[in-house]
Amino acid sequence: MIRHLISAADLSRDDALLILDTAGELAQIADRPMRKLPTLRGRTVVNLFYEDSTRTRISFEAAAKRLSADVINFSAKGSSVAKGESLKDTALTLEAMGADAVVIRHGASGAPHRLAGWVRGSVINAGDGAHEHPTQALLDAFTMRSRLGRLEGLRVTIVGDVLHSRVARSNVLLLHTLGAEVTLVAPPTLLPVAVSSWPCEVSYDLDTELPKSDVVMMLRVQAERMNAAYFPTVREYSRRYGLDGDRMATLPEDAIVMHPGPMNRGVEIAAGVADSARSTIVEQVANGVSIRMAVLYLMLGGAEASS
Amino acid sequence: MHALHPDGGPDTGPVAGGPDPAGGKTVLHTDEIRRALTRVAHEILERTDGANDVVLLGIPTRGVPLARRLAARLAQAEDRPAPCGSLDITMYRDDLRLRPARALGHTDIPPAGIDGKIVVLVDDVLYSGRTVRAALDALGDLGRPRAVQLAVLVDRGHRELPIRADYVGKNLPTSQREQVRVLLTEIDGQDAVVLGEGGAPHGRAADGAHGAGR
Repeated sequence: MIRHLISAADLSRDDALLILDTAGELAQIADRPMRKLPTLRGRTVVNLFYEDSTRTRISFEAAAKRLSADVINFSAKGSSVAKGESLKDTALTLEAMGADAVVIRHGASGAPHRLAGWVRGSVINAGDGAHEHPTQALLDAFTMRSRLGRLEGLRVTIVGDVLHSRVARSNVLLLHTLGAEVTLVAPPTLLPVAVSSWPCEVSYDLDTELPKSDVVMMLRVQAERMNAAYFPTVREYSRRYGLDGDRMATLPEDAIVMHPGPMNRGVEIAAGVADSARSTIVEQVANGVSIRMAVLYLMLGGAEASS
Repeated sequence: MHALHPDGGPDTGPVAGGPDPAGGKTVLHTDEIRRALTRVAHEILERTDGANDVVLLGIPTRGVPLARRLAARLAQAEDRPAPCGSLDITMYRDDLRLRPARALGHTDIPPAGIDGKIVVLVDDVLYSGRTVRAALDALGDLGRPRAVQLAVLVDRGHRELPIRADYVGKNLPTSQREQVRVLLTEIDGQDAVVLGEGGAPHGRAADGAHGAGR
């Protein structure tokens, strides 16, 4: 198993499948009266969050605690970062405390990569800027596999703000590794310049893609990262790229609707769609804990990797 | 699926001693394994008063088909189904930190649960006893059985913990340098217990090396 999880591309097909299978076994723990395993007793996991996050931080915390690891939560607000401490100095502080793993979310793409060079423990990327969010991609793949039974050959359409989305990039890379076919759908202004080098198809028209999708994943419009006018009005965006009940009706019968959350109901996804039986949004959150347990177990549970 | 066949599957193993495909000396053949399991099943019936509250839990990998075979025998003898499942102990091992993280086995507890039941743990080889120790911890997190018993196909000695088996298919005195490998039709395509010379443990790496290293 790899030592750091920075990018979904770090994972070979075998590694990714091992994580999904392990998560499948660990998902059972949630149904037991005793939801705790002794496996990571005495290990310390630091949650280093420079950006706001609800589900990812809680999910990592729950995962680490279910494996009996000690969890230290660090958020930039109310810490020495507010006094101007650099990432490196913070990292060295964590190193001195003996962190076995650092789960980092940072606004700057590449921060986890830099961190991996400074600390001895494992680094797990929990979202860096508009770059990657590999555990989200893993839990999305897990959700697809448990709902649809396979990943090989699955047609996945990812819709919306690809430009600002770390989820989209990680999903494209991981799903490609696992043999799914990904199509990105977005207005041209919300696609990254280098998208042609990604292992996926690109389309500007949602309505032609929906009838041939097994999975449609709606991305949040990240208004807080938008420093320019990427589309004329929210209403126009919603009309062309939002998933409403009529559009959902054009999907194949067993297709599922995903969203990494948090949702803007009424913008990229209609409330009725988000709450429909096809929606896996709540499942994704539950699966997130299992996936993060699997990642922590496989990266920290065994002997330290020699690499 | 041979698991439910009362005789434990067709005779595909070698019929005479000497070298076999697995590389080593075959000490138990198909018929002997079948007879040992039948005897163990009857001992379970006697000791638990007809196996009324018995739940058989196999420890992956090879404990699971053995538990199924025992369950089939209990069901046949008492004319009612015997609950049977599997208990993965990977997360409870005491040697996790000594090797790269391993893949998990499957835990499958029968729907009626284990509270108040007599749980019979089933494994292929009893060696250091550490696997059983881990299994007891894992059981404690799943419920509170009335009693826990242990059935093994082979007891090869060299215990490192104060643990003994309640039901033993075959006591097999070994040296610690030797390696005991259990082959089962469901997994390996043949039934045999093979005694090999030591050296690097192999073949059992994926499911914990109580037959080999530990």
